[in-house]
Amino acid sequence: MTKTQPNWLRATFGSYIGFVLAIAAMIVLFGSLSEYFLTTSTFTTIANDIPAIAVMAVGMTFVLIIAGIDLSVGSVMALAGATIGIAMTQWGWSLLPAMFLAMLVGVGCGFLTGMVSVAWRLPTFIVSLGMLEIARGGAYIATNSRTQYIGGAIDWLSAPLLGGISPAFMLAFLIVIAGQLLLTRTVLGRYMIGIGTNEEAMRLAGIDPRPIKVLVFALTGALAGLAGVFQTSRLEAADPNTGAGIELQVIAAVVIGGTSLMGGRGSVVNTFFGVLIISLLEAGLAQIGASDPAKRIVTGCVIIAAVVLDGYRSRQARRA
Amino acid sequence: MAAPIPPLLRLRGMGKTYVTPVLADVDLDLAAGEVLALTGENGAGKSTLSKLIAGLVSPTHGEMQLNGQAYAPASRTAAEALGVRMVMQELSLIPTLTVAENLLLERLPHRAGLIRRKELHALAERQMAAIGLTDIRPDTLVGELGVGHQQMVEIARNLVGDCKLLILDEPTAMLTDREVERLFEQIVLLKARGVGLIYISHRLDELQRIADRVTVLRDGRHIDTQPMASLSQDDIVRRMVGRDVQEGLARQGQLGQPVLRVENLSRAEAVQQVSLTVHAGEIVGVAGLVGAGRTELLRLIFGADRKDGGDVYLNNSSSPARIGSPKQAIAQGIGLITEDRKREGLLLGLPIALNTTLAYLRSVSRRGWLSTGGETQIARRYIDELGVRCQSPAQAVGELSGGNQQKVVLARWLHRDCQVLLLDEPTRGVDIGAREDIYQRMAQEADAGKGLLVVSSDLRELMQICDRIVVMSAGRLAGDFRRGEWSQQALLDAAFSGYRDPQAAAAH
Repeated sequence: MTKTQPNWLRATFGSYIGFVLAIAAMIVLFGSLSEYFLTTSTFTTIANDIPAIAVMAVGMTFVLIIAGIDLSVGSVMALAGATIGIAMTQWGWSLLPAMFLAMLVGVGCGFLTGMVSVAWRLPTFIVSLGMLEIARGGAYIATNSRTQYIGGAIDWLSAPLLGGISPAFMLAFLIVIAGQLLLTRTVLGRYMIGIGTNEEAMRLAGIDPRPIKVLVFALTGALAGLAGVFQTSRLEAADPNTGAGIELQVIAAVVIGGTSLMGGRGSVVNTFFGVLIISLLEAGLAQIGASDPAKRIVTGCVIIAAVVLDGYRSRQARRA
Repeated sequence: MAAPIPPLLRLRGMGKTYVTPVLADVDLDLAAGEVLALTGENGAGKSTLSKLIAGLVSPTHGEMQLNGQAYAPASRTAAEALGVRMVMQELSLIPTLTVAENLLLERLPHRAGLIRRKELHALAERQMAAIGLTDIRPDTLVGELGVGHQQMVEIARNLVGDCKLLILDEPTAMLTDREVERLFEQIVLLKARGVGLIYISHRLDELQRIADRVTVLRDGRHIDTQPMASLSQDDIVRRMVGRDVQEGLARQGQLGQPVLRVENLSRAEAVQQVSLTVHAGEIVGVAGLVGAGRTELLRLIFGADRKDGGDVYLNNSSSPARIGSPKQAIAQGIGLITEDRKREGLLLGLPIALNTTLAYLRSVSRRGWLSTGGETQIARRYIDELGVRCQSPAQAVGELSGGNQQKVVLARWLHRDCQVLLLDEPTRGVDIGAREDIYQRMAQEADAGKGLLVVSSDLRELMQICDRIVVMSAGRLAGDFRRGEWSQQALLDAAFSGYRDPQAAAAH
């Protein structure tokens, strides 16, 4: 890093402080409202809830940065879960190859979404909406619409280990770090930011945006596949109904993290903060006994408030 | 005239200054029922003047009178309310609505919010009949019409209500000969109704047919206004030609091998059978009027658009280069500085350093990992060499002034070290100081053995920096001049040559 602190770096670090404060405020608030909130069991629950959403949110961050959107992550997660279930229960595969296959299925779905939208110049919103239905249907067919019980062979991934933290959480955390490095320190990350900022300028600078877009969707598919593995491990079963509507939660987390839906701007670390905020909110509201409708209303308000704040902040930054 | 009847429009001392004055001290009178042609080189101030009159731009100096009353429209709407309207080059119609809906957009007949179709169509038909537009149905979608018809609808739309003064900005650019004829018939009708018209065009044969008087602008100044009948086409072109040009920095460089040879390059109407050669160490200018196909030519060479025919040869090779995309062009040593740096060049919200290395990320990365330190160093070097005014290499390029933004674009392509550099309007929106810096760096690159092909609408700029100037007119090459052979007159003559064939206009 350079010695002078340039504007955009300061803006990034400044936003970390904002997230940390918001999270601290939530902990204090829920802690004062419920005597059960400030316990290790609450935090292990939250930590073990996070991995699936977190890895999908990493992929979604990339997709939003290239000015796309992927609505199919929840269904792809279910299809990948179904795959691992079949492989382990019916074919007797061990975890690692089954995990690999599940991620491969995810890559296939993402690759298809990317290819179709690039080849026919279709909005990724529509193509991924189609993939949402296709992958969900695939999950039902693969499982015969029945939950596949797997049991102990897979549950260690989600079982609390050191300090109540599961291997899945650690893996997700590593992926967040890797995602941030990919975005900020590699040529590929540079291409993604450039494509989301001005695709035509990138083309005229000699960078073909099309293979990069396909790659980003394939990568997101792989991460949705991994999320399927985490989810299956947590439930000890492959449930074809899992993850319905979760794509909206993922997008909400990414947007709370300050990634722009218009493309070109975003941060994986901030996305992770977004995931933390969404999960804390969910767990906290449950702890203080909020009803499900009330939970949803509060969550909705928080999403909108976060985006309003972010818009305000980036306008300030531009003026400064 | 005994009693002084005020003219329809009177301008006194009108001027507009942005960074530099683009229009200064223009006096002009327009009578009701008169067609006044407005002409001049690219950038002479025609558009600015018409936008001042139509209320799109407010003047820095001067005053206007409409029918003897002070006239200072605050907006286009205000001007329209007073009967002053302008048909712009870019159509402002909504393609997904019908002709009738477009014509009556601000006052759709309705009852309780429901549109009354019959009344709408009747009104629209009356309006279209008024300008002789009877061969299209009012319920056709505008997007389904040809460009010529769209232009006519646009004109019809501007004749609603009480139109006293109509400005037509290059109205025939997209029209077929027959549509031009119909437009001219309408102009005659409008004159008879007492409407004053300002007609902007560089098609001199058209001006001779319909204008009563012609006003020539040059460098934002009013050169003179004469009755059309007293001037020949040559007289008009001579008036557009400006003062003598300071001859450029004579460069002693020897020309080397041809680095770029273009043969019969074509794309639809825009570029037709263009052939030219650029040698190592040579700066070749491409002159021509707006729309002559200059930008399109550069984009074809660069592979940004698909060509219909023709070949590009690089580095004196005898086999044509395969260039199907900008990526392939760049890999073979061609760079393009685009005309519109904001839309097609820069990533505005992102740092200078990132924009500098964008076309050559290989130079700051190893196995896909970026070296941000190396990138900052490279950006610093160009900031120093080109004199970019900025806070640091990490500053967003969108925060810089136009000239400094352009220097960053230039830095990107200098860093890529292209053998052939295509520059499209490299000094548009750039202040004088930065302009000189850019010229100097261009000369330096040529002296280092690069070949430069420069499009510019500023003839004096080309005459200052180029070793050779080719002229495009209506998609074709219309002239090729070496330094010492050219004059502004000869260049302009060539630029107009594709548009002044009187045979074509007389054919109908």
